Amino acid sequence: MNKEKINRDLADLFREAKEILARNTSPLIDRHREEAYRHFTSQGGIPANTEEYRHANLLPLFDRDYHVALNPRPLHVTPGDLFTCNVPALDTRHRFTINGWPVNNPGEPTELPGGVIACSLSDAAKYYPRLVEQHYNRHATTPPRDPLVQLNTAFARDGIFLHVPDGITLDKPLQIVNLMLGNNNNIMSFQRDLIVIGKGATATILACDHTLSDHAFLANNVTEIALDENASIQYYQVQNQHSAAARVHSTCITQERQSRLDANIITLHGGYTRDNLLVTLRGEESQCNLHGIYLPDKQQQVDNHTIVDHAAPRCQSNELFKGILDDHATANFTGRVIVRPGAKKTSAYQANHNLLLTNTARVNTRPQLVIDADDVKCTHGATVGQLDDDATFYLRSRGIPKEEARLMMMAAFAREITGKVHLAPLREQLDDLLEKRLRGELSKCHDNLLHCKRST
Amino acid sequence: MDKNQDNILDEFTRGEYKHGFVSDVETETIGKGLNEEVVRLISRKKEEPEWLLEFRLNAYRHWLTMKMPAWAKLDIPPINYQEIIYYAAPKQAGKRSWEEVDPELKATFDKLGIPLDEQKILSGVAVDAVMDSVSVKTTFKETLAERGIIFSSFSEAVKEHPDLIRRYLGTVVPYTDNYFAALNSAVFSDGSFVYIPRGVRCPMELSTYFRINAAKTGQFERTLIVADEESHVSYLEGCTAPRRDENQLHAAIVEIIVERDAEVKYSTVQNWYPGDKEGKGGIYNFVTKRGICRGERARLTWMQVETGSAITWKYPGTILKGDHSVSEFYSVAVTNHHQQADTGTKMIHIGNNTRSRVVSKGISAGQSSNTYRGLVKVAKECRDARNHSQCDSLLLGDRCGAHTFPRVDVANPSARVEHEATTSKIGEDQLFYCNQRGISTEDAVGLIIKGYAGDVISKMPMEFAVEAQKLLQISLEGSVG
Repeated sequence: MNKEKINRDLADLFREAKEILARNTSPLIDRHREEAYRHFTSQGGIPANTEEYRHANLLPLFDRDYHVALNPRPLHVTPGDLFTCNVPALDTRHRFTINGWPVNNPGEPTELPGGVIACSLSDAAKYYPRLVEQHYNRHATTPPRDPLVQLNTAFARDGIFLHVPDGITLDKPLQIVNLMLGNNNNIMSFQRDLIVIGKGATATILACDHTLSDHAFLANNVTEIALDENASIQYYQVQNQHSAAARVHSTCITQERQSRLDANIITLHGGYTRDNLLVTLRGEESQCNLHGIYLPDKQQQVDNHTIVDHAAPRCQSNELFKGILDDHATANFTGRVIVRPGAKKTSAYQANHNLLLTNTARVNTRPQLVIDADDVKCTHGATVGQLDDDATFYLRSRGIPKEEARLMMMAAFAREITGKVHLAPLREQLDDLLEKRLRGELSKCHDNLLHCKRST
Repeated sequence: MDKNQDNILDEFTRGEYKHGFVSDVETETIGKGLNEEVVRLISRKKEEPEWLLEFRLNAYRHWLTMKMPAWAKLDIPPINYQEIIYYAAPKQAGKRSWEEVDPELKATFDKLGIPLDEQKILSGVAVDAVMDSVSVKTTFKETLAERGIIFSSFSEAVKEHPDLIRRYLGTVVPYTDNYFAALNSAVFSDGSFVYIPRGVRCPMELSTYFRINAAKTGQFERTLIVADEESHVSYLEGCTAPRRDENQLHAAIVEIIVERDAEVKYSTVQNWYPGDKEGKGGIYNFVTKRGICRGERARLTWMQVETGSAITWKYPGTILKGDHSVSEFYSVAVTNHHQQADTGTKMIHIGNNTRSRVVSKGISAGQSSNTYRGLVKVAKECRDARNHSQCDSLLLGDRCGAHTFPRVDVANPSARVEHEATTSKIGEDQLFYCNQRGISTEDAVGLIIKGYAGDVISKMPMEFAVEAQKLLQISLEGSVG
């Protein structure tokens, strides 16, 4: 694994791609590339053994041959044929992407009720330049600039754009379905989503990540979310990919006064999954709730990395991440709460709990508090353990078989997170998926992709 | 926070450094700077055997290849290692008879409240007093020797018990361990050596008192404690330095070996000169302390009260190798004015059924920065390890910082590891409660802090608990959050 070689290859790619990218992208997006790439290289390129990416081991993932999709691939099928969401009762608006490219109708995007815009980022740059200029790459640049976010900014061309104007409530949840589909080759993609929620507006967003072919994938995606005053958003992210898929997703969120974020990061399956959740509480009295569950087995690795930056007084943050680890799985959690000088009356809570089911599973957890103001209340907790013997015994003494008792307890452990999902159909489906996953039925399905492709 | 509370906080955090005087003792120093010749010179002055010189030189050569680490949350001005004097000895030290020793030297330790005259000692503590680079006097040596206990300065031990030193030196903290460990291994001067033979319970507390006196010197002491099977010892360490405008470097190594069924209690009251209110001067305290529970059921307890030093950088840690071994870490770290502390512990679980417990209480005031950094590691082969860590921070004032960087690495599912931390100021509701029961705000703050640190102080040996309590009062009388 030669870090220099990988970085050299990326540099070559960037040089070659620059022209193609410039020709096809709006200057509003293109003008950030050089600077972002400079920040990427000044931090040593692909992070290896840095404090932020300590156990990440990204080099082997980047050291494969990928086709980097610099142009959208022509599509001969409608995405709905390739994939149907298996939450039947969920009434949502869909936006599909394939390998990071939005699947959209040509021409000017039609506005949804209330003047809501949900289209591709490139269309948005064309038809709503003011909005894109105002927000693009403004929320992903808070220091310390994450190198992989910078890499995305350097290469990104397109993604999903959502704007909910002031005072509007999005009538239906927006479902962003990200599909990965190889055509005889492995794919590396850089998707960039931008979500802007106006003053007092509310929205529910569900982002799903799936794989449709058994090629190796590497997605380095960024979602920027801007919450204006009094805005509120429920953001769900469900990831269910195959074992050769690697995905780094950074969600960069800026919150203005009295805004509220509820984020739920659900990681069901994937080879390597890393979620960076970078929240800046910039306005007073804003609130963010971050929840996550991960259930890796086999050789999977799940990293959750969160930074909640309290930059204004009287903000609240709650964070709870839970994991159940089986087989040879590895999970890393880093949660950093920063309280800036002057951010008084801050209340921050952070917890990470892990269940280890086998001798070979591994957890590294690093909850961190960096506090530079007084008059704050910050707590964090982390546990690593196994199922409680007494509780198992109690259930067995009531005639519940051992295996069933263990499942019940694991499901209960996980439901603390899924219980926070407000969308009832999604919650039920997630509980169902969780149970399947804990029974080992879901990973079976992943060995047989055909079976999953057209899941009901 | 109202005006009144502000005043109280001010008074509370204004505590003066009581040990800032300089003793007029004739001191023999070598020139400043560091090179192989200096390492050889120190070794020669100490009349050391060839193998120890070799150890020093290896360490020095390794140090040259290393870079000073920058990961700590500390703002350390660049240190010029060529500007430091690496050896300073009070001329009169090491005299065979106590009567011959310079009265000024005696007076120094008297002033510090360290009993070196055995007749005057009430508390029953054996003391090894170290000033700058040499040990001045070790008390009760003979009494202890009757039981086979070796308690002497490190240099003496090298001469009298070379086999023991050679067997244990560098086994817990190898010179390759870190930057300051390498530096210390190259130029270490004096320190204490303790050996408790098998089955012996040390009849009194052993104590080393470190004093920096000479200007522009660095202190590099080395402590080695070996508790053989089924033995028991309680060891205390204290340190002070004069008030000076320039910073002085202190880079020590402590190694502790605990064999089967033995128990070691290691307590520190660290009160190096912390610098003045503007952050001028003070000691840089970069210390590597580590113990190993080698045998089954070995037990090692760390207790520390950290109030001094301009910059503290230390992580006393335990390697729990023997099955059923236990380690505990209790710490109160107080930072005030411009002090910076990055401190915590490492618990490395290797043996089965090993247990560890961490209680760390940080108090930050003024413009100081106080960081807890900890590691709990459970090795793959280690079954049924248990750890509980609690690290709380208390903030007094709005310009100080309290940071927590714990790290939990678990590679075995049978481990139960828990970590919890809180950061807060003294609650207005707590103060109000005390006030309405007729307790003044100042008393209430004292009470709350006493209660806050009480978990740790109550675990300390009696003599130290008293000193620690007093220290807390000096630096933290009448606080409000």
